[in-house]
Amino acid sequence: MYEFDFSSIPGALPILGAGLLVTLKLTGVAIVVGIVWGTLLALARLSGNRLLGTMAAGYVNLFRAVPLVMVILWFYLIVPTLLKDWAGLGQGTDIRMASALVAFALFESAYYAEIIRAGVRSVPQGQVNAARALGMTYTQTMRLVVLPQALRNMLPLLLTQAIILFQDTSLVYVIGLADFFGAAYKVGDRDGRLVELLLFAGAVYFVLCFGASLLVRRLQKRIAV
Amino acid sequence: MSMIAIDQVSKWYGTFQVLTDCTTHVNKGEVVVVCGPSGSGKSTLIRCVNALEAIQQGTIVVNGMALTDPKTNLSRLRSHVGMVFQNFELFPHMSVTDNLTIGQIKVLGRPPDEAVARGLKMLERVGLKAQAGKYPGALSGGQQQRVAIARALAMDPICMLFDEPTSALDPEMVNEVLDVMVELATEGMTMMCVTHEMGFARKVADRVIFMDQGRIIEDAAKEDFFGTPRSERAQLFLSKILKH
Repeated sequence: MYEFDFSSIPGALPILGAGLLVTLKLTGVAIVVGIVWGTLLALARLSGNRLLGTMAAGYVNLFRAVPLVMVILWFYLIVPTLLKDWAGLGQGTDIRMASALVAFALFESAYYAEIIRAGVRSVPQGQVNAARALGMTYTQTMRLVVLPQALRNMLPLLLTQAIILFQDTSLVYVIGLADFFGAAYKVGDRDGRLVELLLFAGAVYFVLCFGASLLVRRLQKRIAV
Repeated sequence: MSMIAIDQVSKWYGTFQVLTDCTTHVNKGEVVVVCGPSGSGKSTLIRCVNALEAIQQGTIVVNGMALTDPKTNLSRLRSHVGMVFQNFELFPHMSVTDNLTIGQIKVLGRPPDEAVARGLKMLERVGLKAQAGKYPGALSGGQQQRVAIARALAMDPICMLFDEPTSALDPEMVNEVLDVMVELATEGMTMMCVTHEMGFARKVADRVIFMDQGRIIEDAAKEDFFGTPRSERAQLFLSKILKH
């Protein structure tokens, strides 16, 4: 029978910790950029401007119709060329990290755009009318009346999407970036203890994600009042 | 001079015509009640007065400013025209006080302390000073609508538009809202009210407008309208809603 040996884990904690940091950085950047860019995409689709709307819809549909792994690979192959041409970045830059950040941010914004669009549409037209009747401009109406209410309605979905994103960042193993999963795999491979390391990584993912979803559920109950 | 001048206004939703050649004027200090069966276009007409709905033909001039003139700043015009909606439309994520002050601060540029003082004064006027710290969800429908009226009044409007202000209320709450409206009317506020409350119309209206199928069928002084409505449709309408 297979004998479990977890003894290589304590010594590998610094490497695993560094990996977890990469995972969190990817998740954090993708959430922030995704929400900002996603809000702009959502407003473009809601604006009623046909050109803006079509372009935003095209973007969203494109990214939602291709597998994330492929997007990560595309950007890994494209971004280095662009960075060298435009930004003149030196060889010291971590191309894998930069391309993964761009890929996740652009990919996630497509999903966030749809969540935000649904959130904005969940605010009744009467609220818009009331804000306009007070003399608010379009921007004031959005900023003071519609978006705060929309955010409340879509917060659970936004957080759920963030949890999915946190798990999806493990896909960067295809470009050899050492995120948490990648680090665990490398250590396991090195010490011949792959099963143990992957079990450990799985447990960490589970604890973090399940904990976060419990928090979301509590939050959901609190705003529902 | 007319405060609100509606002249030969027509409006379409796509190919469906909702307003046909509507003309009426509301003078300063006048209270005009607009009634008619549902789907007659009365709510649409009143929404056109502060350009919440666009018109395709005709002109609407409010306080000397033409809505169809591209030079007219519609947001600024709306800030001077108070509007009260059927479903109150208080902002649910703000306290009553914030509801009363947000327009004053963000649109009129009033200092916050002045806006709060003005808002609370209006709240007192509608008898709800004790509710200042609550959120709209904690108030009854009648209270919400009174706060909505106070919110509009805090902007120092030159006239008030009411779009079926009591239709979404439980019967026992209708009167508390109507009382506030009657008080406003007797103080000389220029008012245009879409409502089925004929008691209110009898008490304070100067004129009654009857609409059907997007047209103004009758536009008469109160006494004439309730005494001898000329059109058959208005007679039928009155007989239906006054039956009880």
